[in-house]
Amino acid sequence: MNSYSYTPLITLLPLAGFVILGIFGRKYFNKTGGLIGTGLLLISAILSLYTAYQYFFVNGKVGDTYQTITAVKFTWLTFSQHVSIDMGIILDPISVMMLVVVTFVSLMVHIFSLGYMHGEERFATYYAFLGLFTFSMLGLVVSSNLFQIYMFWELVGVSSYLLIGYYFDRPSAVAASKKAFIVTRFADLGFLIGILVLAFYGESLDFATIIKNLSTAQSTQFVAITSASFLGISAITWGLTLVFMGGAGKSAMFPLHIWLPDAMEGPTPVSALIHAATMVVAGVYLVARLFPLFTINESALEIVRIVGVTSAVFAAVIACTQTDIKRVLAYSTMSQIGYMMFALGVSSTGGENGLGYTASMFHLFTHAFFKSLLFLGAGAVIHMVHSNDMKDMGGLRKHMPITHISFLVACLAIAGVPFFSGFFSKEEILLAAYHSSKTVYVLALLTSGLTAFYMFRLYFNIFWNKDTEVHGHHGEGTFAMKLPLILLAVLAFGAGYIPFGQFVSTDGKALESEFHLAFSVAPVALGLLGIAIAAWMYMKPNEKPQRVANAMGGLYKAAYRKFYIDEIYLFITKKIIFNLIGRPAAWIDRNIIDGLMNGIAAVTAKTSALIKGMQSGKVQNYALYFFGGVAALLIMFIYFWRP
Amino acid sequence: MNLSILLILPLAFSLILLFVKGQKQVRSVALTAAVAQLGLSIVLLFKFLAERAKCNSAFLFESNYTWFKQLHINYHVGVDGISVSMILLTAFVVLAGILVSWNQEKLYKEFFFLLVFLSMGAYGFFISLDVFTMFFFLEVAVIPKFLLIGIWGSGKKEYSAMKLALMLMAGSALVFVGLTGLYYNAKGAVSFDLVQLSLHPFAPAVQKMFFPFAFIGFGIFTALFPFHTWVPDGHSSAPTAASMFLAGISMKLGGYGCLRVAAYLMPDAAHYYSTIIIVLASIAILYGAFATMMQTDLKYINAYSSVSHTAFVILGIAMMTKTSINGAVMQMISHGLMTALFFAVIGMIYERTHTRQVAQLGGLLKVMPFISSVFVIVGLCSLGLPGMSGFVAEMTVFMGSWERAGTFYHVATIIAAASIVVTAVYILRAVGSAIMGPMNNNDHLQLTDAAWNEKTAAVLLLVGILVMGLAPFWLNDLINPGTEVIMQKIGMIK
Repeated sequence: MNSYSYTPLITLLPLAGFVILGIFGRKYFNKTGGLIGTGLLLISAILSLYTAYQYFFVNGKVGDTYQTITAVKFTWLTFSQHVSIDMGIILDPISVMMLVVVTFVSLMVHIFSLGYMHGEERFATYYAFLGLFTFSMLGLVVSSNLFQIYMFWELVGVSSYLLIGYYFDRPSAVAASKKAFIVTRFADLGFLIGILVLAFYGESLDFATIIKNLSTAQSTQFVAITSASFLGISAITWGLTLVFMGGAGKSAMFPLHIWLPDAMEGPTPVSALIHAATMVVAGVYLVARLFPLFTINESALEIVRIVGVTSAVFAAVIACTQTDIKRVLAYSTMSQIGYMMFALGVSSTGGENGLGYTASMFHLFTHAFFKSLLFLGAGAVIHMVHSNDMKDMGGLRKHMPITHISFLVACLAIAGVPFFSGFFSKEEILLAAYHSSKTVYVLALLTSGLTAFYMFRLYFNIFWNKDTEVHGHHGEGTFAMKLPLILLAVLAFGAGYIPFGQFVSTDGKALESEFHLAFSVAPVALGLLGIAIAAWMYMKPNEKPQRVANAMGGLYKAAYRKFYIDEIYLFITKKIIFNLIGRPAAWIDRNIIDGLMNGIAAVTAKTSALIKGMQSGKVQNYALYFFGGVAALLIMFIYFWRP
Repeated sequence: MNLSILLILPLAFSLILLFVKGQKQVRSVALTAAVAQLGLSIVLLFKFLAERAKCNSAFLFESNYTWFKQLHINYHVGVDGISVSMILLTAFVVLAGILVSWNQEKLYKEFFFLLVFLSMGAYGFFISLDVFTMFFFLEVAVIPKFLLIGIWGSGKKEYSAMKLALMLMAGSALVFVGLTGLYYNAKGAVSFDLVQLSLHPFAPAVQKMFFPFAFIGFGIFTALFPFHTWVPDGHSSAPTAASMFLAGISMKLGGYGCLRVAAYLMPDAAHYYSTIIIVLASIAILYGAFATMMQTDLKYINAYSSVSHTAFVILGIAMMTKTSINGAVMQMISHGLMTALFFAVIGMIYERTHTRQVAQLGGLLKVMPFISSVFVIVGLCSLGLPGMSGFVAEMTVFMGSWERAGTFYHVATIIAAASIVVTAVYILRAVGSAIMGPMNNNDHLQLTDAAWNEKTAAVLLLVGILVMGLAPFWLNDLINPGTEVIMQKIGMIK
């Protein structure tokens, strides 16, 4: 018995909310469902904070190193002697950090939704789904077993599906929910095969054992997995890359990102929770969880790096052209996750070399606050103007002061302006990149300039620019909607002051990150430049944006059309998979295979029709057959008989 | 415990049904029969667990009577964990099937009689330890299907009934050839007794000769590619309860036979032919899934998806590792519960909207939240969502298959695993256009949600799905000793 035996409650309370509201919500709790869900989550969040306090400050350390504590563990399904799926809760710096992030952001979203979703017909169902999501996400972060993480991985996917499709009578929401699930499912296929590979060679599904078996250079398992190869690539690269494929799908990395912008069809608070702060960073978390394995395989780590940096630049460019405010934020999320991903890709392990890992987790942490704040702010704006398009907005600072200020704080944070949280985490990432690869560094720098530009393009378009007539003015929303904005704004500003390296590092020991003033000149200058350009172009209504767009010509159009990736996918699925595989398969089944069966039946019927005439009842015919048969037997006898 | 009660009970109730008049009375008797069966099978489960803790023989509750001495046919029954789990499955599906047919009006007496009678065939099959008796019960379970589809079916029912009966009869004939082959070649121990046959080492040549008969014969029942074409037509023409029985129980007779008779008695041949069976199974899994993707009729969707899902059973058996065979058994249970429930909800939707065309439905969640939610849940189970039975079974098959070292086995596993994506496509398409989306037909606004009998049936099967999905260790513990016995025989040969 350890002092963390209460931790299952953290995950199970949201599940209880799902079960209660899912079964009885519609009938009994359609008004009070929100309060029930929020109350349960509040307890869960308090317990998480308590756990974090206990772990980080009281008993998580032995000597100067943070330990991995297994709070709970039981065998769920045994496959063979070593390989079994265990359900467990492990506490280590990253899982405890994630517990806090997930429960806190989820709590904020629960509270915000009390106002935002008020009066919805399926109010209780909404909270049931939120509970399911929170449960799954918490289960994912505390997983002790590779298969356990896969199971919760699927569950977050399905809760995301249910929430994107919450407005189920809108065809666009149905299409988006399907797309999100299927694209991530495709990635999960890679994940599953990766698990099979790693479990096969690692002879375990348990994280600690599998890492120990596969990263010890002398072990038989290590020798087996590095010497085995398929198509010229070693088994360990296959395994890790395939697992990363799952992570890339969930984290909307290029080229598996296409579901994320469409996922904005879900209610906005859901986007804040799932598609900004928590679920989409699961891929980063997965790589971090298996980081000791990634560091021993340079090829797999290189893929992480390339995919991460490509996504960061790619999404930032697209974000500069979109006009749907939620889509801008979605691309921004993708870009920021790209940051976290390549930060892992440039890292290695141990002391200073592990800076990228710490930076990645740090950015994950700060990003969760400012990005969920941006989404909730966008939600408040949409609530006000009943539109997602920034063309319908402008001058809203006068109508919604709290939203305006909190949104501004978040924009400053994501743009990396000094003293705001994003500045600290981004600096660390850039520093890690600088030490590892200059190309990555330059691209990351470029992205940070673009980020500042598109975020302030968004900000000025919503809150400055032309004045919007606000119809049916109902204020800025209820207290329930304002409170999360304020709390998150405080964190979006202050989360950067946490000495993150003290708590999270590759080896569990404190990592002193130095602050180089000279180093931060370039990114800050670029960020301020981006903001200035955005202010110049968008602060007041004018013709400049149009002129710039025209000047950019094809590039602008391509970026606006998201580089036609959706069209390519549509071509592959509609034309190739449906028309060249599905349709022929169905046709072959009906016509050839079934035709064969019907053919056999027809032949049988014909044969019987032919031979039934033989039973004529006429004795002379029978006599003829008899003698014919005797003659045939006689001939056979003569031919085949050998004395 | 005397296993013969499992036969006497349904038989007695089906005879009682013949003498009862009036729809209300008939259905009450049928319901009593089903509830009694479920109770009995639960009692069996607990007695079995208690008994197994005490002794460790392969089969428990054995009894053996000579039935036809000249041909050495015995009535020999006994159960292991695998058969107990199958019996439980049967009892669940029978009760659910009778509940959803509650308002059966056309020839209700005959209908319920056949349902109850059919269940006897299934129980008999699962408890038999004499392969001839087993064969006998297999036939008992087939012939009523012909009548159920031919009389109470819809669409091109005569064609479907005939097709189903002919193909299953062909399967039976093949099985019979295989069994007689074993009978005559068990030198010294001329017998149909499964236990005695299993002790007899058949010469590899004999095994290779008769294995295909037995395996393909049973395989036809479980939709072995390319002999699966009775499934779509048979299911879509059958009345709801018959579809449930067909998919939930009958197809499992085949999988059980493949494992218990073909692979267990002829392990050399099973190894010899495993490559080709694996190829067929992985084709069927993926190809069935792609074919499903193009279907527009809900029953066809589920029928084709059954082709894909039952191929996991075949794959698991052919991979011949302990884990994969456990997975195959789990997939039988899971698929039985899941498909029965799927057909039940499709039947509920059809009864209300009078269409099964996906394009003509839409937005049903608004008017019938219960039925729609169940549809979504069972759909998610079908696409392998963790927490439900489908996930556990499929993952066990994947893990077990991957245990076979070698590129061939790994590629086959990857092909099979690829189906999880295609399954997601067709399930979400069906859910997206039938359950979600805008209402296509305003007449549907008047429809009502599930009645008590339908709700009970759905909840019953859902409980099974969830228990298996959330606590798979119970089922695993139940079937594992049985699998070990099988593995002792087939695992030795490499």
